[in-house]
Amino acid sequence: MSDWTSVLVGDPRADRMVPKTGFTVQLTVFSAAAMAFLAVFALALSLATERLADRWSAELARTSTLRISAPQDQITAQTEAALRVLQTTPGVGSARALSDEEQIALLEPWFGPDLPVASLPIPRLIEIVEVGDGFDATGLRARLQAEVPGAVLDDHTRWRAPLVAAADRLRALGFLSLALIGGATGAMITLAAQAALSANAQVIRVMRLVGATDAFIAGAFVRRFTLRAFTGSAFGALAGAAGIFFLPEADVAGGFLTGLGFEGLHWLWPLAIPPLAGAVAYVATRAAAFRRLKEQS
Amino acid sequence: MIELERVAYTYGGAELFADLSMTLAPGSFHFLTGPSGAGKTTLLKLCYGELIATAGMVRIFGQNTREMDRDQIALARRRIGVVHQDCQFLDHLPMAENVALPLTVSGRQEEADEYLEDLLGWVGLSGQASQLPPQLSGGERQRAALARAVIMSPEVVIADEPTGNIDWEMSQRLLTLLVELNKMGKAVLVATHDLNLIRAAKTQVSARVLRLRGGQLQAAGAEL
Repeated sequence: MSDWTSVLVGDPRADRMVPKTGFTVQLTVFSAAAMAFLAVFALALSLATERLADRWSAELARTSTLRISAPQDQITAQTEAALRVLQTTPGVGSARALSDEEQIALLEPWFGPDLPVASLPIPRLIEIVEVGDGFDATGLRARLQAEVPGAVLDDHTRWRAPLVAAADRLRALGFLSLALIGGATGAMITLAAQAALSANAQVIRVMRLVGATDAFIAGAFVRRFTLRAFTGSAFGALAGAAGIFFLPEADVAGGFLTGLGFEGLHWLWPLAIPPLAGAVAYVATRAAAFRRLKEQS
Repeated sequence: MIELERVAYTYGGAELFADLSMTLAPGSFHFLTGPSGAGKTTLLKLCYGELIATAGMVRIFGQNTREMDRDQIALARRRIGVVHQDCQFLDHLPMAENVALPLTVSGRQEEADEYLEDLLGWVGLSGQASQLPPQLSGGERQRAALARAVIMSPEVVIADEPTGNIDWEMSQRLLTLLVELNKMGKAVLVATHDLNLIRAAKTQVSARVLRLRGGQLQAAGAEL
């Protein structure tokens, strides 16, 4: 029977050799549950930032803005000229000038709803949507400089990069948190296993006297801690998933924070936490047990 | 089976004994006697691999204990039944499960049901199978320890002061069981300071008496 099979199937008589009393039972289950709960949130954060980074990256990479700054009597002519240039530029899928209402909506968060747009020298914005491999920004700037002197092309590169970098960093922090939670779980299980091994020194001595191998003795502890960690983390993951499920829905005003959660098949990810916690407990307890048995020999 | 060749054992800088040799042959019966603190228990522990000699060589079933890893020692112990003075039970398990421990750790627990009834009857504990060790008397615990020592049908039985905490009548019962084991061909080594027990045994079996004193192992004289 393999080690993993023996962990799952178990041996009731061998299990009974180690008394089930002791604070390590509650400690292990509670700690595993708490860690799993935190792991669900770290996972949700990582996946949410991944989606955010992808969305920012995709949306911003596929759009550019052309700003026409010209005297009021020339702005319409320059806008039409710019649109003509864009219509003949390879890689440009569509280009359209934003309406006054759209421009007011963009400025409203900063200037309020009563902005007198007509009396202000506000530049006209043209939204460009790219297709295929996109356009040659350098070539387009050269053509615009010749035909539309007041046009400034912004391909979003300047501010897209730090946004995507920030999202990537946030995602990395989420995964780092998961790794730290895994490490902390391993450390906690190791301490609890060490305590159990110390408390059961006499049991180990008797088992040795009657011919138990190290693998058999370690197995009695490993199976117990693995199942405790699995059970605790199952409760923790369930509670964490429920917490995420009942978070408020995403909306326009608080897009990022309320977007924290899982979408579609990502809801399956929390299911991976209990087996992973069990695996961490298995490795940690086994290492602690063999180390202690070697010290006691 | 078990050979000690010019063995020394030093503990905490003090030499408990040196240049000590002994052989446990199949079917032999040895008593090990000597004053308290002479090193009888240490000598027994060397014989079943719980301690490793600081010099010389201990061979268990032909293997040098210094070259054996922990698992090899464990496997060798399955061929040696040990009865400790303090019995060494798991107090949370019923007596029957304690007796069956050697089978359990060997992965042969299904054989326990086959042997246990007869074995507990042999040591006179059929009615105490479900009792926890703290609920048993000293003599019952010693007999249970003997039952555990022989459940794997070992080739050697080692007993450390098995009658230390029990009355004379119970000591006689235990001795009878050890003699029966020896007549089945097991090598028996009993450490005891109870000279009356040794004298009683010599009327039933041909036993060799070794005295450990001042770090030397000597054959005991005719006074026994």
